[in-house]
Amino acid sequence: MALSAQVVSALAAIVGETGIVVSPEGRMTYECDMHTFYKGAPDVVVLPTSAEQVEAIVGVCRAHRVPIVPRGSGTGLIGGAMAPAGGVMVSMTRMNAILEIDLASRCATVQPGLINLWLTRAVAGRGWFFAPDPSSQMVSSIGGNVSTNAGGPHCLKYGITTNHVLGLEIVTGRGERLRLGGKAPDPPGYDLVGTAVGAEGTFGLVTAVTVRLLHAPEAVKTVLAAFRSVVEASQTVSAIIAAGMIPAALEMLDAAMIGAINAGTGAGYPADAGAVLLIELDGPRAEVEAQGVRAAALCREHGALSVSVARDEAERALLWKGRKEAAGAVGRLTAAYLLQDAVVPRSKLPDIMREMAAIGERQGLLIANVFHAGDGNLHPIICYDDRDPAQLARAKEANESLLRACIALGGSVTGEHGVGVDKAKNLPLQYGEADLNFMYRLRGVFDPRGLMNPGKLLPSHPACGEGFRPARPVLPEGAWV
Amino acid sequence: MPGGSQGEGRAGGLASAEGLAGLRACVHCGICLPQCPTYRVLGEEMDSPRGRLYLMRAVAEGRLDITDGYTRHLDLCLGCRACETACPAGVPFGRLLETARGDMERRRGRGRPGLRGLLLALFPHPDRVGALLALARLYRQVGLQRLVRARGWLARAPGLAAMDVLLDRLPAAVPVPEYLPGREPVRGRVGLLAGCVQRHLYPDVNRDTARLLSLAGWDVVTQARQGCCGALDLHAGRLGTFRRRARALTAAFPRDLDWVVTNAAGCGSAMREYGHWLPDGEAAALAGRTRDVSELLADADLPLRPLPLTVTYHDACHLAHGQRVRAEPRAMLRRIPGLRLVELADSDLCCGSAGIYNILEPEMAGRLAEMKVESIVETGATAVATGNPGCLMQIAAGLRRRGSAVEVVHPVTLLARAAGVGEP
Repeated sequence: MALSAQVVSALAAIVGETGIVVSPEGRMTYECDMHTFYKGAPDVVVLPTSAEQVEAIVGVCRAHRVPIVPRGSGTGLIGGAMAPAGGVMVSMTRMNAILEIDLASRCATVQPGLINLWLTRAVAGRGWFFAPDPSSQMVSSIGGNVSTNAGGPHCLKYGITTNHVLGLEIVTGRGERLRLGGKAPDPPGYDLVGTAVGAEGTFGLVTAVTVRLLHAPEAVKTVLAAFRSVVEASQTVSAIIAAGMIPAALEMLDAAMIGAINAGTGAGYPADAGAVLLIELDGPRAEVEAQGVRAAALCREHGALSVSVARDEAERALLWKGRKEAAGAVGRLTAAYLLQDAVVPRSKLPDIMREMAAIGERQGLLIANVFHAGDGNLHPIICYDDRDPAQLARAKEANESLLRACIALGGSVTGEHGVGVDKAKNLPLQYGEADLNFMYRLRGVFDPRGLMNPGKLLPSHPACGEGFRPARPVLPEGAWV
Repeated sequence: MPGGSQGEGRAGGLASAEGLAGLRACVHCGICLPQCPTYRVLGEEMDSPRGRLYLMRAVAEGRLDITDGYTRHLDLCLGCRACETACPAGVPFGRLLETARGDMERRRGRGRPGLRGLLLALFPHPDRVGALLALARLYRQVGLQRLVRARGWLARAPGLAAMDVLLDRLPAAVPVPEYLPGREPVRGRVGLLAGCVQRHLYPDVNRDTARLLSLAGWDVVTQARQGCCGALDLHAGRLGTFRRRARALTAAFPRDLDWVVTNAAGCGSAMREYGHWLPDGEAAALAGRTRDVSELLADADLPLRPLPLTVTYHDACHLAHGQRVRAEPRAMLRRIPGLRLVELADSDLCCGSAGIYNILEPEMAGRLAEMKVESIVETGATAVATGNPGCLMQIAAGLRRRGSAVEVVHPVTLLARAAGVGEP
């Protein structure tokens, strides 16, 4: 769908000539996010610098019934920031200011394009931090984190993004600019902030976020334990949690990932291990010391080949650099891969790891693993050669088998990456028809014309669901809301 | 697709097996984005490393021709290679960019040379640079520069205006002896690259480098008749010319040297790439022997007097990203008694110099210079040290524009002062 010259000039009038991308080369680079499997270039990209501009952009798109796709840093893993139906992509990269830091109220208000880690950097000197830490945090934007309700290694102890969002300003698909929540905890009435976090742009465009800030813990201890196999490491994870500890992070990497990460980041994980656990404990010093000893003992009891502790901040930073850049380091293993984001109950980790090995063997594909073991949140990386259609077919098959296995064990089709175009078809595995239809109606309240990030989050083709017949958005605009 | 006609619009080098392998290593994770100077300024995907790689891959795979738009986005890249430092997948961005520019250069062909062609015909020739500087000296002495600036005659030629600003510093020639014996006990023999720009605009840095190396026990050979390392041609995609210069420079140095030392990050980085572009023979061997001066002086035995200064350090891109040399220049500065080294925020973000980039892309270069100068002023340091002549000029010009008195020096200059062999 090509946009009319009228729409393009109306948008250019809002953001200026330097705030709009219309060239085919420029638009091409926006056709996918980190999930390069799904491609769809927008007809135009706009880069607003204020909430007022965003409001005006939505107004133009509503008037001309043009789809809107929001985009932060484009690091999403579900094909959320691509334009399957063309339209206008709104890139938030120029709305990246910190609007306010209010330490007395333990919060900050930021624009959506702000890079996650930059917020922590801005307050770290005063002893504070922003807890949600997706592995992409050195790049991904807080607006994107909010839209996907992102998790991260330290969410085991600190909770996911939604637990840290106090307030939101969004421009809805109805064109209104809403202020949901605020600095004060527990606003009266519906928890609209909770509803809007994770909406993946289907309600509207986030233009400001008020987030909780936490005071940095007194002590941090990072333990690296090597095991012969992922199964032994998985058993250790369950033992640590069962012992009553909640580590700040509890991460696992298998042999394939260890090799790629060592080559890509110089993290220096034990090269001969079948799996490593990265265990981070934080809190009051005495508690951290005691738990460190206990965790190390549990590792040894479960057959750890070695257990070491980061001696200083530099060593700790290097261990985390390896973990956080894992998805990029996969480029050393393969040119193409499917990165899954599924969940099983923690106690089922050994079962799913065995099952996964069997699936990889059956399809003849390498499945590398790096995941948040403490949450049972898996990130199997199915490697394939994208020049070979047969391999791609096998990779997709492995992917579906894995999801079904996770559901069969009582898990979920997504942990923290969101749904996007990638998982929409899988939602019926988890939700019934009434649940999904209700979600459709909810979406319609915010976006009656279905312009906001269409094709994402909810299944749109009956053929993709297992017998699910999606309802059309039923609310006429201006109905009873 | 709009743009180039068949045969000249399609990629040659990028579509090679090596080019494709490099491009396919990118998994689109975006970790490079915040490290990229043009992305930091513009926030646009096509002016980020990930976006540029995406376009290069589209050209290599035949989905896109070498269009004017494509060329524009690759031209706007500074070639700082900060993305390589950031990349966990090991994408060789610098080489891919140079290969892509080689493809672009073939398409550009014999069009009008323009400012870019003029600069490439000038800088790789030390004698021409010398002649131009003589003219520039005259331009200043007769008051023409003042007149030109007062009347704003260069207002509509931002490239020339940028050049005019950079020419504020026109030092007198300082001779560097062809041979300087090392202090006993002699550790070995090194060659010193004089550099096309360095020898004319910062001749004192060359003199100080030779004196310090000698003091550290190295015999120093600095032939008068050494040419250009070819860095500018390499970055511009003129690969044939680059290879010719690389071979000539290699031949100019005696073969029995322990090291060939550079004090210009851009030159050292290009020379260390010789092995890739000229895999067989002497040039590759020279690449293996190339060292930045800080690598030889960081732990050398030097008698040093106190220098009570607060100094910050800017990582030249082609030192930090191109040669992965970060610790040594800092160590070199820290060993000076009394000198307090304070870290610079985003110290390895490009200052906008990038060879002839600041003359060709004055607007982007100016934005980056402003950002760099802002960070420098925030440190409260009274001097900023950096190991590349382009950065020295760019940062000095930026500080002057801001009316700042912060001194801009090569680390070698400070070490020479402390060792008592620098300028009085």
